[in-house]
Amino acid sequence: MGRDLLIHVKDLRTYFYTDVGVVKAVDGVNLEIGIGETLGIVGESGSGKSITAMSMMRLIPQPPGRIEGGEVLFYGKDLLKLSEKEMMKIRGNEIAMIFQDPMTSLNPVLTVGEQMIETIVLHQKVSRSMAKRRAIEMLERVGIPEAKGRVNNYPHLFSGGMRQRVMIAMALSCNPKLLIADEPTTALDVTIQAQILDLMNNLQQELGTAIMLITHNLGVIAELCQKVLVMYAGNTVEYTDVNTLFAKPMHPYTYGMLESSPKLELRKQRLDPIEGHPPDPYRLPQGCNFAQRCRRIMPVCEREKPTLLEIEPGHFVSCFLYERVKI
Amino acid sequence: MIGTNKATETLLKVENLKKYFPVKKGLVIQRHVGDVKAVDGVSFEIYPGETLGMVGESGCGKSTLGRTILRLLEPTQGKVIFEGQTLNELSREEMRKIRSQMQMIFQDPFASLNPRMRVRDIIGEPILIHGVLNRVEREKRVSKLLDVVGLSTHHGERYPHEFSGGQCQRIGIARALAVNPKLIICDEPVSALDVSIQAQVINLLEDLQAEFNLTYLLIAHDVAMVKHLSNRVAVMYLGKLVELTSSEELYLNPRHPYTIALLSAILLPYPNQKKGRIILKGDAPSPVNPPSGCRFHTRCPETQDICKVMDPELIDIGNKHFVACHLTIHTYEKIKVGNSVTNHQ
Amino acid sequence: MKLSKGSQFGLLIVALMTLVAILAETIAPYDPVQVVLKDSLQGPNFKHFMGTDLLGRDILSRIIYGARASLMIGVTATSISLLLGVIVGSVSGYYGGWVDSLIMRLTDIFSAFPYFLMAIIIMTFFEPSMISVFFVLGIVGWTNYARLVRGQVILIKVSSYVEAARSIGAKDGRIIVHHVFPNILSPLIVYTTMNIAGVILAEAGLSFLGLGVQPPTPSWGVMLSEGKDFIFNAPWLIFWPGAALLFSVIGYNLLGNGLRDRLDPRSKQGGESNGSRLVNSCQRS
Repeated sequence: MGRDLLIHVKDLRTYFYTDVGVVKAVDGVNLEIGIGETLGIVGESGSGKSITAMSMMRLIPQPPGRIEGGEVLFYGKDLLKLSEKEMMKIRGNEIAMIFQDPMTSLNPVLTVGEQMIETIVLHQKVSRSMAKRRAIEMLERVGIPEAKGRVNNYPHLFSGGMRQRVMIAMALSCNPKLLIADEPTTALDVTIQAQILDLMNNLQQELGTAIMLITHNLGVIAELCQKVLVMYAGNTVEYTDVNTLFAKPMHPYTYGMLESSPKLELRKQRLDPIEGHPPDPYRLPQGCNFAQRCRRIMPVCEREKPTLLEIEPGHFVSCFLYERVKI
Repeated sequence: MIGTNKATETLLKVENLKKYFPVKKGLVIQRHVGDVKAVDGVSFEIYPGETLGMVGESGCGKSTLGRTILRLLEPTQGKVIFEGQTLNELSREEMRKIRSQMQMIFQDPFASLNPRMRVRDIIGEPILIHGVLNRVEREKRVSKLLDVVGLSTHHGERYPHEFSGGQCQRIGIARALAVNPKLIICDEPVSALDVSIQAQVINLLEDLQAEFNLTYLLIAHDVAMVKHLSNRVAVMYLGKLVELTSSEELYLNPRHPYTIALLSAILLPYPNQKKGRIILKGDAPSPVNPPSGCRFHTRCPETQDICKVMDPELIDIGNKHFVACHLTIHTYEKIKVGNSVTNHQ
Repeated sequence: MKLSKGSQFGLLIVALMTLVAILAETIAPYDPVQVVLKDSLQGPNFKHFMGTDLLGRDILSRIIYGARASLMIGVTATSISLLLGVIVGSVSGYYGGWVDSLIMRLTDIFSAFPYFLMAIIIMTFFEPSMISVFFVLGIVGWTNYARLVRGQVILIKVSSYVEAARSIGAKDGRIIVHHVFPNILSPLIVYTTMNIAGVILAEAGLSFLGLGVQPPTPSWGVMLSEGKDFIFNAPWLIFWPGAALLFSVIGYNLLGNGLRDRLDPRSKQGGESNGSRLVNSCQRS
């Protein structure tokens, strides 16, 4: 814990109150990102990975959502306690975000330049001409050819991959300390995905921006992240560094995820899927959320919820299999 | 062209298939200003009992190809021959009848099921349409099908929205199986599903193939999944096939630069894999105005002058490994010349 | 999932109005057209709950019979619009091409005139009567249905499940009846319900102007028209038909709103799908 923490999320809980019940979308998530680090959050749809990010940015629509508890410490100050006005200064400036579909997060009636300039002027208090120079510089940096001309183009004139580059340029234009990337390459083709990941890797090394990457794709995690948090049905199930996770996955869910994806290099053999499907978010089981799909289920798993424990140095797992070992 | 020398029965033969979508401009009087060449001269064969994978990125025309084969879209040119019958020559009514032999599984498991029909009626519809069974037998068959795809009989009484994505895809699969088809075209059958569910559906597809002796045309962008499921794989780029070979060979010995780049771009679930990745420049060009010569030459790391002017043909470089690339053609011809020289000596 | 409170109220009003219209003979205390001049312009009292008009006719009874007129016109005219609109809209949407262009331009011309103005113009060609009101309001209203149906048909025509139906070899007829039609039904029902309110209002307007239902036939519009001269000395003459009109329009609109929520097949089950979709939509945004 000797390193400088950029963001420290403690016991974050975000619930959604709908007319048919309560969804505990995020139920006690802890995470930390050091300066310049990359954390990956991996999970399937409904695991709460995006809601975690939205909660950190305080972008949960309220109602029906509500952040029920926890702290989001950014340089030691709790973002959840800030006024909306103070939060506005953080968003886009200190913490920036990019999304899966760049088209919906770009305003179609403004040129790319106008949108970038607006953000830069707002946060950096510089003149518009300065801001424009900065915008062009950023576009060049993310590999947009002829950035001087293209800065005056509307978003629809860019292809999917180029749009994601524009989003990255926009997000990084104010030198944020943390970039939250929510499925940044999911909508892109494989060859374009490779380009974007390559770009993010390079930029991270150049600028030293910390990245929190949200994805369902373990390959993307392996490519870009140092630390990984695996989420399942609103809970953290495993949290460790990337090499350990792939070499020695401890939680049966992580293990199952890794086993169930087709391997390119192996000869054809039958996949070993995780049976069943995720629990109904309105009727989460009393015990471990993964219990009903788990191959190594024990009686205790159906009664109690496991807690996230440091099983090995730097390797946190939320599973009774290891709690027992520890005791 | 492909495998014609092979006398073994082919289930489906596609010959120089083309599908263009006209691009029109003008508000009142519409002028034809060009074509989206979604599928532009594709030929291949599918043998009974095999799985042919069709990979490519979005916009390469692979989904259009599947729909054109089934005549859900009328081809612009070319032939589709199914068990010796040329589909394009059939009347609407004849085509309608032959559809029981060829079914399709769709990408979006929710959108492909009518939200107003009970699951039982959805699965029973093909049986009803082709009138092969009476009511009681149909009910029995539907229950059997539900069981085969891993659902229970009582699920039949429900509506699609009550199911998860994976279950909906199972329903779609049951519907495709209902009339004992020979060929099933699977269009991105798992890409809309979560990772842990994907594996379940992939296994189901494999089991069903073995049980019912099915032939699959598997259309997908996920190379690892296609390689896992397929016996042979075809790679498509901008409306054309660039490579076609067995899935092992494709992985071990890819010859087309696009295939090589595609394979190297796959992200594998383990760290430190960056070495040797080929990152292609730019985006795929528009299929309205595809590049001259080889369509890949604008992004190809090994472009030669000839690539800009001449469109390479898909040729067999040995062992039914088909490649459409000038580079391999040259090496191949060099080998051939070399061989003939040695033969003469 | 049940109807919301508001829609339940709407349903209550609509049901009450329908019941009153059907049972008019049984529940009306007096003959609505019987003139009793000695009872002229009485305020509400025990004998005449809502008072009487200039000719001494019982207002309550006239309101009850007026409900019958309103409902009949509302339902008949709407059915005519619905029938025309569905046929024209489906043909236009399913077949497209020049048929579609032609039909849509025709509806444009119709839509260019305000609904009520159009009704007045056409009405002047007819002898004012209940039957002509049926037809005129029916004919004036079909364009909206045609557009609604056309839009829905186009949307569903390209949907994945229609493609799936074609791929299993379903004929056009089967696709229209089993796949397209059931899926346009709910917006149609919702629109129809709300449209009835509009038609009831239009009938009242026409009758008020003397172009619709003719006195002495009791109709809310006629009653308003007759009562307007006594607005200061006998305000109940316009209060009751006005209130009846207001409540029936509110009733149909509330019911329409409720049906819109209720008829979405995804919300039928409640439970899982609805909320997780909500959460999902939040996740996606």
